[in-house]
Amino acid sequence: MVDAPFILEMRGITKRFPGVIALDDVTLRVRAGEIHSICGENGAGKSTLMKVLSGVYGYGTYEGDIVWEGEVARFRDIRQSEAAGIVIIHQELALIPELSITENIFLGNEPKTPFGSIDWSTARLRARELLQRVGLRDDPDTQIKNIGVGKQQLVEIAKALNKNVKLLILDEPTAALNENDSQHLLGLIRDLRDKGVTSIMISHKLNEIEAISNSITIIRDGHTVESLDVKADGVDEDRIIRGMVGRTLENRFPEHDGSGIGDVFFEVRNWTVQHPLTTERLVAKNSHFTVRRGEVVGFAGLMGAGRTELAMSIFGQSYGTVLSGEIYKDGQEIKVPNVAAAIKHGIAYVSEDRKALGLNLLDDIKTSVVSAKLSKIAPAGVVDDLQEREISENYRKELRIKTPTVDEGVNKLSGGNQQKVVLAKWMFTDPDLLILDEPTRGIDVGAKTEIYGIIRKLAESGAGVILISSELPELLGVADRIYTIFEGTITSEIRAKDADPETLMKSMTSDKKKDAA
Amino acid sequence: MTDTAAAPKKSGGIRDLGKMFGGGQSSLRQFGILGALIVIILFFEVATGGQTLKPGNVINIVNQNAYVLILAIGMVMVIIAGHIDLSVGSVAAFTGIVVAIAMNRGGLPWWLGVLIGLGIGAVVGAWQGFWVAYVGVPAFIVTLAGMLIFRGANQFIGNATTEPVKDDVFLQIGGGYLPDPDLGLPYNVPTLILGLVAVALVVFAEFRGRARRRKVGAEAVPLWVSLVKVVLLAAVILFAAFLFAGGRVGTSFPIPGVILVALVVIYAFVTNNTVTGRHIYSVGGNWHAAELSGVKIKRINFFVMMNMSILAAVAGMVFISRSAASGPGDGTSWELDAIAAVFIGGAAVSGGIGTVIGSIVGGLVIAVLNNGLQLLGVSSDRVQIIKGLVLLLAVGIDVWSKRSGGRSIIARFSRPKKVSATDDNMTYPLNRPLVEPGDSAESSSRPSSTTPNA
Ligand SMILES: Nc1ncnc2c1ncn2[C@@H]1O[C@H](COP(=O)(O)OP(=O)(O)OP(=O)(O)O)[C@@H](O)[C@H]1O
Ligand SMILES: [Mg+2]
Repeated sequence: MVDAPFILEMRGITKRFPGVIALDDVTLRVRAGEIHSICGENGAGKSTLMKVLSGVYGYGTYEGDIVWEGEVARFRDIRQSEAAGIVIIHQELALIPELSITENIFLGNEPKTPFGSIDWSTARLRARELLQRVGLRDDPDTQIKNIGVGKQQLVEIAKALNKNVKLLILDEPTAALNENDSQHLLGLIRDLRDKGVTSIMISHKLNEIEAISNSITIIRDGHTVESLDVKADGVDEDRIIRGMVGRTLENRFPEHDGSGIGDVFFEVRNWTVQHPLTTERLVAKNSHFTVRRGEVVGFAGLMGAGRTELAMSIFGQSYGTVLSGEIYKDGQEIKVPNVAAAIKHGIAYVSEDRKALGLNLLDDIKTSVVSAKLSKIAPAGVVDDLQEREISENYRKELRIKTPTVDEGVNKLSGGNQQKVVLAKWMFTDPDLLILDEPTRGIDVGAKTEIYGIIRKLAESGAGVILISSELPELLGVADRIYTIFEGTITSEIRAKDADPETLMKSMTSDKKKDAA
Repeated sequence: MTDTAAAPKKSGGIRDLGKMFGGGQSSLRQFGILGALIVIILFFEVATGGQTLKPGNVINIVNQNAYVLILAIGMVMVIIAGHIDLSVGSVAAFTGIVVAIAMNRGGLPWWLGVLIGLGIGAVVGAWQGFWVAYVGVPAFIVTLAGMLIFRGANQFIGNATTEPVKDDVFLQIGGGYLPDPDLGLPYNVPTLILGLVAVALVVFAEFRGRARRRKVGAEAVPLWVSLVKVVLLAAVILFAAFLFAGGRVGTSFPIPGVILVALVVIYAFVTNNTVTGRHIYSVGGNWHAAELSGVKIKRINFFVMMNMSILAAVAGMVFISRSAASGPGDGTSWELDAIAAVFIGGAAVSGGIGTVIGSIVGGLVIAVLNNGLQLLGVSSDRVQIIKGLVLLLAVGIDVWSKRSGGRSIIARFSRPKKVSATDDNMTYPLNRPLVEPGDSAESSSRPSSTTPNA
C-alpha cells in the first residue's frame, strides 16, 4: 500500500463559515486502493472536509486545491464529483422517507426503457441485487420510512454501489449499526477495496478504525495533526486517541461500585405494545422490568429488538398502541397517556435520532435547552429569557458544548455537540427516570467519557437511568444491571459485573429457551 | 494550538448593529427588509416630489392597509406553524355582512355588533381548526373549502347585495381618528402624546433590558449600540407622530392604526415571549421533536387556525366600518396580500420561521409600493405586475443569499479577520461568529432523514 500512488490529494484546504473557520490549511493524501480513516473530535471538521471534497461546498467556496487522479478538480456540486467517481454517504442519511427502497437507490439515476420512461422492472431487479450485496433482505418496494435507521444506512450504501464509484466516502457509517451489521459493513468495505475501490471513512469507533484502515489522518480543530500508516507506525486505539485529544485517556468508564443504589422506584409490568402499522406484530411482549434509584440499567439487544419501541411506549405512549401493562412509580400506579404526562411524572427520553426526533434544527441552543419544560422558567406563560440564557449557559459550560454562544443555531453544531444539547434539554426537566437511547452514537471518545460521567452523576444524584446501547463495552462499563431483549421479549437480567459480551450476545440473539434453562 | 484559527474581534461594529434587532436567527433578515422599506419610501418621496410623506398620504396608507396588516399578523402565525389560510378574505366578508345586518336591520348596538363579529370569527376558526388539528385535513384544503363556503355564506345572507353600516360609534372603528381638541396648535396633541409615550416605552424597555442582562452577567450589547438604537427608533416614532399630527384639521392618528399597533404589540409579545409562541415555532420547525417534548400539537394547530379567523373577523369589521357598508365582493384576494406580506417579511414556506414585526414590514413594503405607484399614476395592471415581481425578488434574494454559504448581504462586508484570542472555558481559540448567520434549515446542506411536516 505504501507505494501505491496518491489518488487524491487535498492541499491547503481552508473553509470558512460566517465567523468560523471550520478547516484551516488541511492536507489529506489518500492512496489508490486503500481504506483511509479520518479521526478527530466532534466539530474537528471531518464532515466539512468531506463536503468540500464531494462538492457539497462547491469550488470557489473554499481555498486550496483538490487533486483527483493527478488533476486539479473543481467540483461545483455533488453531480460533478459523482461523475468523477467520488460518492459520499453523509453522516445524516439523505433518503426520502416516502419513497421505496428501489426509488431511493435510483433517484436521479433511473434506468430507462427505450422509450425514455423509467424501467421499473430493471430497477427492481438491480435493487434486489444491490440489497443482496449489502446484506439486506427487505422487499425493495418497502418505503424507507418503514425501515429502521440501520437498514437505511445499508440502502445508502447500496445506492452508492449503484454509481460507478472509485472513491467511497463514508461519514460515520456504522454509528447507527449494531455489532453484526457493523462487521458486515466493514467486510463490505474491505471487499470493495479488494475490487479497487478506495474508501475514506470517518468514525468514532476507534476499534473499527484500527481494524480496517490502512492509514489514518487526524484532524483537530480544523488543522491536520498527523497522518499515520497503520502498519508501519504500529497504530492502536490509544495512539489515535493521543492524536485526537492531545493526551491519553485513562479511565474511559467512570468508577462505580454500586454503593449509591437505593430501592426500586420505577417498575413496569405486563407491558405489551402493538406495532402502529402491522397490528398483529407485538414490539413488546409482557415486559417486566424495574429501576432503582441511583442505578443505571442497561438495555441490550440487536437492532430491531424493540428497545426503542419499549422505551417510547413508556414515554407517554409515543410509539405504538399499549395493549396492556402498568407503570408504578414510588409504589403508586401512574398513568402516562401522553408525553406531557410523562414529563410531569419525571420521565425523560433522549431519542436515538436527534435530528428527526430530538431537536428543532431551526432553534438556537438556548431555546432548545429549555424546550421540554418551558413552564419551569415561564411561571405565567411568559418565558423568562434571562433565566433561559443563564440556564443554557450553565449547561454549555457543564457539558462543554463546543460553541461560541448559546445563540448559535443547533444546525450549526457538529453531531456530538448537538447530542449534548439534547442531553441538556432533558436534564433540564429534572428527570427521576432518564431513558437514554444510544446516547453516544456518533460521539468522539473524549465526549463519550464526559457523557458517561454525566450519566453517573445523574444516577448519584438519585435518578434512575435506562441506557439503551448497541455497544456492549459501553453497557458493561456504565450500567449496574443489564436486561437483554430479543424480538420484543426480555430474555435475561444480569448484573453488569457478572456479565460478559458472550453471555449477553447469547441472550440477545435467542428467545426464551435460554431464559428457561 | 496555533492562533491562526479565526477568532474575530469580540465586538465588531456591524455585528453589534445586528444586535439592535435582538440578534436572533432572523434578525438580520428583518434588518434587510426594513432597509428595503426605507429605500422604497425614500425613492417614492423623491419620485413623487414629496407627495409620499405628506400627512394626508401617510394617514391614507394606514387607513387603506390596516385590515391586510391585521390579517398578516394572524397569517404569520399560521405559516410559522406550517399551515396556510386561504379563507381569510371570505371569513372577513362573512363576518362583515352578518355584523352589518345585525346592526342595521336587527338594530343591535355597536358593541354587540363587535362581540357578534368576534364570536363569528371564533366559531369559524374553531370549525376550521377542528378539521386541521383533530381530523388532520391539510389547512390548504380546509381553508380552500372555507374560502368557498364563507364567500357563499356572505352572498347567501346578504342576498349578494350591499348592506350599509350607519352606527356612528361603529363607523369610528375603521374611519375614526384620535380626538382633536382645539388647542391652537398646528398639531394634534393626542397623537403627539401617543408618540411620546411610545418613545418613553422604547427607552424604558431598552434600558431595563440592559439592566436585567447585566444582573445575570450576560454578554451585554455595548452602550453605544443601545443609544443609537434608541435614538433612531425615537426619531422615527416622533417623525411619524408629527406626520400624523400635522394633517388636515379633524384628522390625526387613525383608529385602525391604533387597533393595528395594539395587535402588533400583543402578538409580537405572544410569539416572542410566551410558551404558546414557542410552541408554535416548535410545531412548525419539527413537529416530531415538538411532540416528544410534550407540546400538545393539536391544541397549537387549533389555536393558530382559530386565532387567524378571529383576526379575519376584526379585519372584516374594520373594513365595513371604513367603507360604511358590507358587500358581496369584500375581502376578495386579501389572503394573497396577507400571504405575500408574510413571505416578504421573511417567513419560510416550510414553517418554523417568521416574525410578526417582519410581516408587518413586509405588508408595509407592499402598501407603500401600491400607494407610490398610484401617486405616480401607474395603472393598476402594471402595479400588479410590479407587486408580483417584488414578491419574487424579495424571496429570491433571500434564498440566494442563504445558498451562497449562508451569508447575508450584510455579512459580506464583515469577513472574519485573523486575530488571536482566547476564551474562558475553552482550550483553544474560539470561532466567534461576527454576525448571526442567515437562518434556517434551507441553508444547511445537511440533508435530514425525515421531513417533519409531511
Ligand atoms: N453550515 C455551517 N455553518 C457554520 N458553522 C458550521 C457549519 N457546518 C459546520 N460548522 C462548524 O464547523 C466545525 C466543523 O464541523 P463538522 O461538522 O465538520 O465536524 P465533525 O468533525 O464532522 O464533527 P462530528 O464528529 O461531531 O460529526 C464545527 O465547529 C461546526 O460548528
Ligand atoms: Mg461529522
